[in-house]
Amino acid sequence: MTDNHTAATSSHGEGPFIAAIDQGTTSSRCIVFDRDGRIVSVDQKEHEQIFPKPGWVEHDAAEIWTNVQEVVSGALAKAGITKGDVKALGITNQRETTVLWDKNTGEPVHNALVWQDTRTDALCKELGRNVGQDRFRRETGLPLASYFAGPKIRWMLDNVEGLRERAEAGEILFGTMDSWVIWNLTGGPNGGVHVTDVTNASRTLLMNLQTLDWDERILSSMEIPATVLPQIRSSAEVYGYAKGALEGVPVASALGDQQAALFGQTCFSKGEAKSTYGTGTFLLLNTGDTPVNSYNGLLTTVGYRIGDQAPVYALEGSIAVTGSLVQWMRDQMGLIKSAAEIETLASSVEDNGGAYFVPAFSGLFAPYWRSDARGVIAGLTRYVTKAHIARAVLEATAWQTREIVDAMNKDSGVDLTALKVDGGMTSNNLLMQTIADVLDAPVVRPMVAETTCLGAAYAAGLAVGFWRDTDELRANWRRAAEWTPRMDAATRDREYKNWLKAVERTMGWIEEEH
Amino acid sequence: MAGSIQSVERAAAVLRLLAGGERRLGLTDVATALGLAKGTTHGILRTLQQEGFVEQDEASGKYQLGAELLRLGNSYLDVHELRARALVWTDDLARASGESVYLGVLHQQGVLIVHHVFRPDDSRQVLEVGAMQPLHSTALGKVLTAFDPVAHREALELERERFTPRTVTEPAEFEGVLDLIRARGWAADLEETWDGVASVAAPVHDRRRMPVGAVGITGAVERVCDDGEIRARLVAAVRDCARAVSRDLGGGRF
Repeated sequence: MTDNHTAATSSHGEGPFIAAIDQGTTSSRCIVFDRDGRIVSVDQKEHEQIFPKPGWVEHDAAEIWTNVQEVVSGALAKAGITKGDVKALGITNQRETTVLWDKNTGEPVHNALVWQDTRTDALCKELGRNVGQDRFRRETGLPLASYFAGPKIRWMLDNVEGLRERAEAGEILFGTMDSWVIWNLTGGPNGGVHVTDVTNASRTLLMNLQTLDWDERILSSMEIPATVLPQIRSSAEVYGYAKGALEGVPVASALGDQQAALFGQTCFSKGEAKSTYGTGTFLLLNTGDTPVNSYNGLLTTVGYRIGDQAPVYALEGSIAVTGSLVQWMRDQMGLIKSAAEIETLASSVEDNGGAYFVPAFSGLFAPYWRSDARGVIAGLTRYVTKAHIARAVLEATAWQTREIVDAMNKDSGVDLTALKVDGGMTSNNLLMQTIADVLDAPVVRPMVAETTCLGAAYAAGLAVGFWRDTDELRANWRRAAEWTPRMDAATRDREYKNWLKAVERTMGWIEEEH
Repeated sequence: MAGSIQSVERAAAVLRLLAGGERRLGLTDVATALGLAKGTTHGILRTLQQEGFVEQDEASGKYQLGAELLRLGNSYLDVHELRARALVWTDDLARASGESVYLGVLHQQGVLIVHHVFRPDDSRQVLEVGAMQPLHSTALGKVLTAFDPVAHREALELERERFTPRTVTEPAEFEGVLDLIRARGWAADLEETWDGVASVAAPVHDRRRMPVGAVGITGAVERVCDDGEIRARLVAAVRDCARAVSRDLGGGRF
């Protein structure tokens, strides 16, 4: 027994391994996994956030590609392995972020427009014409909103000098970050493959959910030439082989980050759902082999598709403000010194003391979609202390989760049996217990926190036969903790009613938007 | 005041002086203000600086209050912060050891479980966060008792209940056990709390080398032990985890 070696070297086998690239919003990472799905090494590099104007957010795609190459080399070096030990490379990425580049030089024609960028707001309203933001919902499962890639492509074609002509002449390629990374990995201008996967394509507003192909009618409505578009492939197949440092390694998966987390959490059956608790929260429910239309403000999206198997669809609901509300309590209110302290403060009281906090900081999202709403703290009396407010802060995340789950249940008819959770806020024990209480369903945390990268690794491993099937992946999944509901039904119903009353009070605050 | 120590009084005076204003003071300023010889003043300042109570500005050579004073007034490590820092390492320990992992802190004459990772098999398990364990017989409790003077006092003052025939209750024998734990850097519980159950734990230190908690694994004695001793591989995994968490808390820099 020596004291100097690390857990990583002592407990991981000889390989082979799968490497996953997570091209995220703030950084690019590469994680090497072993056959048991355990992390062997991690490397990470942040890239610049470019804010040319209020509401505009851009990334330098060339910088991102450089960083991706560095973190891949870095992760392999830290693991002490070479490309020969890597059976396949998987990719997961920030969704919707859009880049256009010259196919002959490989140079981006403009900074990438990031999903948070709102410059296409007016364009989206215009594209809605007399129908409104649901004009393409039946085909794409999405509302016309500035997040999605299609309108971003159109903006660049309209605003970059001479770009439309070059695009129509077949000189320009479009991609979300998965396409950009895969094209570059497989050779770039020298034979790079121009592909995207169904999950990323389902965030463009251009793909038809039934045919899983680009929708001609929408392309012509948005005036986007089909020549720029990548081929839509499954999420787990060998798209091509890497050139350069990773020469010969199969590039074998692509999944949008939230879909990758669904995959990494092994939510392979209809009715299984995962929720990722970060600054915001994304909840995805596997709805099986049919896309479920939402009448409650959720998004219909492709969950994943393995090779030539049938695609698996998902409903997605997001909560804008969860972890960021705790940060707000720390940074703006100064009521706590660290994010973890919210639990200490909240645990010092038995209940919320009658206070409810609805953090509609920029309006209410799913299932309400009210941009005229603003945040409220309701039910204040002299009895209420900062500890009660801290409790209300945590309960806000729990009740917003409940609202999304209820909306999913209404749309799909599928009852949630258990919620698999990941993300930074899962270290908050009181929050996890509260979510179990208000959902009246068990909340389960898996042993590998990096579910997003793990999902990409799993998909790539399946594509090359490193893992046999999804059952083998399921067998890899380990429960690290489980919170079971302890709240009695009467309390839950009363508290939910109070929460909904507080939500009611946020609406109509901003008058001009009516 | 009988028995007061002059150098401590003088050190207190220096701290009060430095706390008195926004500005930084030079060696001469401090010596003059307190009516002390420069050499004496320098000795006091240097000692305070070593302890982190005073910092010297590199450019001007002037002195100001150090960050350590702030930490003294704010020394309590939030257990939820501890859990957040420990999360990835304890998950890894559970996977590496195949056993359940517990993270505990001293609380009201016992060990409060602040984090629990399930044993990585498909069995039904209940989250034990918030449960209490005894100080004198569990591996977590004995680690805290060996390394934290407050826990040591509690464990000696309390009645040490005999949970099994193997529980050590006699003060002299108990102190011997603690000496061994200090020497080895880890503690074992071989069916001393629960029949058929063994555990091994190691201390988690913060950046000031203070023992802030203990982390360990617990499992069936048949799996955890070999020939009546904790398996060396498991001891190593537990100590690796404790060191990783300590490093995350800043403890590794010393």
